[in-house]
Amino acid sequence: MNNNTAMHLRDDSDILLRVENLIVEYTTKTGTVRAVSDISLDIASGETVAVVGESGCGKSTLAKGVMQLIPSVSGKVLLNGTDLASLKGEALRRARPNIQMIFQDSISSLDPHLRVRELVEQPLKVWDRGTDEERRAKVDDLLRSVNLDPAIVGDRKPTEFSGGQCQRISIARALSIEPQLLVCDEPVSSLDVSIQAQILNIIQAMKVRYGLSLLFISHDLAVVRAISDRVYVMYLGKICEVAPPERLASSPAHHYTHALVSAVPIPDPTVGRRRAILEGEPPSPTNPPSGCRFRTRCPAATEKCAAEEPQLREVSPGQFVACHHPRG
Amino acid sequence: MSALFELDNLNVQFDTKRGKLHAVRGVTLHIEAGECLGVVGESGSGKTVMWRAAMGLLRGRKVHRGGSVRLAGRELLPMSAKEVRQFWGTEIAMVFQDPMTALNPVRRIGSQFSESLTKRLGMDKAAAKERVVELLRLVRMPEPEKLVRKYPLQLSGGMRQRVMIAMAIACNPKLLLADEPTTALDVTVQAQVLELLSDLREKLGMGMVIVTHDLGIVAGHSDRIAVLYAGEVVELATTRALFAHTMMPYTEALLNSIPRLDGKRGEALQAIEGAPPDPVAQTSACFFAPRCRYATEKCRTEHPELVDDGTGHWYRCFYPLKARSQ
Repeated sequence: MNNNTAMHLRDDSDILLRVENLIVEYTTKTGTVRAVSDISLDIASGETVAVVGESGCGKSTLAKGVMQLIPSVSGKVLLNGTDLASLKGEALRRARPNIQMIFQDSISSLDPHLRVRELVEQPLKVWDRGTDEERRAKVDDLLRSVNLDPAIVGDRKPTEFSGGQCQRISIARALSIEPQLLVCDEPVSSLDVSIQAQILNIIQAMKVRYGLSLLFISHDLAVVRAISDRVYVMYLGKICEVAPPERLASSPAHHYTHALVSAVPIPDPTVGRRRAILEGEPPSPTNPPSGCRFRTRCPAATEKCAAEEPQLREVSPGQFVACHHPRG
Repeated sequence: MSALFELDNLNVQFDTKRGKLHAVRGVTLHIEAGECLGVVGESGSGKTVMWRAAMGLLRGRKVHRGGSVRLAGRELLPMSAKEVRQFWGTEIAMVFQDPMTALNPVRRIGSQFSESLTKRLGMDKAAAKERVVELLRLVRMPEPEKLVRKYPLQLSGGMRQRVMIAMAIACNPKLLLADEPTTALDVTVQAQVLELLSDLREKLGMGMVIVTHDLGIVAGHSDRIAVLYAGEVVELATTRALFAHTMMPYTEALLNSIPRLDGKRGEALQAIEGAPPDPVAQTSACFFAPRCRYATEKCRTEHPELVDDGTGHWYRCFYPLKARSQ
């Protein structure tokens, strides 16, 4: 790997997922949107990797690109060394049980006509795993592990449940065929704080229990801080910083990361109000700024930022930043 | 002098197939002019129903409202929908959680916005147009002249919410009710919108109510906070006192469940297990007892009253946390 955009990738034998120079585009009336623009990332087995960024930065598209739910223009998605992007049809379908996904809107992601037991059992049936009794026992066990009582919830339908409960059903369903990687796309964003903590704890417990790796997509650094080992900060289709979460919270190198950190509300009135650093919203992805994509909102932008696109480089062990003028 | 807005022993009940649903139970609150009150509670705690009922937005055969709601001394509950409407915009305005459904999707921003100015304030079209641009500038929208030609669909969530705020303050209300104003937004946009609301409140001298499920959001923006649980006020204090001397185990649990940037990784967040009580079921116990780590036999049989600790810090608990630590 001598490509600059991928220098943060690790040469470990324990890497479960390795995404190399992934590009995903959408064609719209106003032009082509490069939603994921040359992104590389890796996830070691048992690791939780988070991707944070604002709405429209391409983080959900990245998740879908990893799942190969939408075709990528170029790049590789290596799961256990097999490039999913090169697979098609039945071969791709056969590879999919290893990656499962849960979504932000858990209520609408579950078929309202099916009962909870059927929802959780469905993946097992599709893949023809186990006998009827084995499947039944497995479903009961899964429901219990997400703190739902199978005797009470088993025969009810998703509409009878709250958002938090539906998210727990989604987790049980996603894990029923024992994937290696669980992709979580904003799984707690539409939930109350008290419920958010419940779901995060369940995801964490299931990760340990099933030895899962997680790709966790979120816009909230505080949520990400609580559960991830490594964080990728994304802005307008590009990675601008990669670091362990403690490092990002205490000394963010990219000015965008710094803005994200300072936007997290602090539950302590004595801290007082901090001014929001970030004004406005990201520019249009159909026509991104030249050079550094963040320069139009960046307090430290210079002429160099407009002329030359910064590449990821290591500023401290394990911390990579794509910025010409990183924070001290 | 009476307060700007007062709820006095407000009760709201709905008739359902399963029986009477108690959404709001005897809430007494007031808001002074220029003050910001944070109202915090989980989904289903009655925080939204409370304001909608008070504003007369919830009415009908199956809605029972009891108690008293006073706007600058005038009793609102007995008024007809039409009578209450005269106060909207000029005295009270609301900002809702979902700015997409609150805006008319098939009308341009400028046209739906200027309607309130021409109808309410009797402005002529040209003057209204100018005022709309001025208001959009006040909420820091870029290029307001172009924006008035756009449809809500063409705006992001944060921009739509800013349009909603601009519309709400258009007729200089004395009180702004913001119901989960930032829940649908990104953290960065949330910070912008909260700051905007606080700036506007200072600039225009409005009273404000921020309704939210996240204590972190109101910590830096409110003067006082009321915590709601199962339709009741369970703690009411100045923001500083509430955080410094939390009395209610429920408030403490809410605070502990907020993920923090300075928290430790790998340490499990303290979730509040279980769910709020069924609002149809009747119980004589403390509503929070089944989920409370400190609950005793007394909590499971008797319902605590809202009491004052002598400094204006109200709580509803037999074993308040501050007393426990002393």
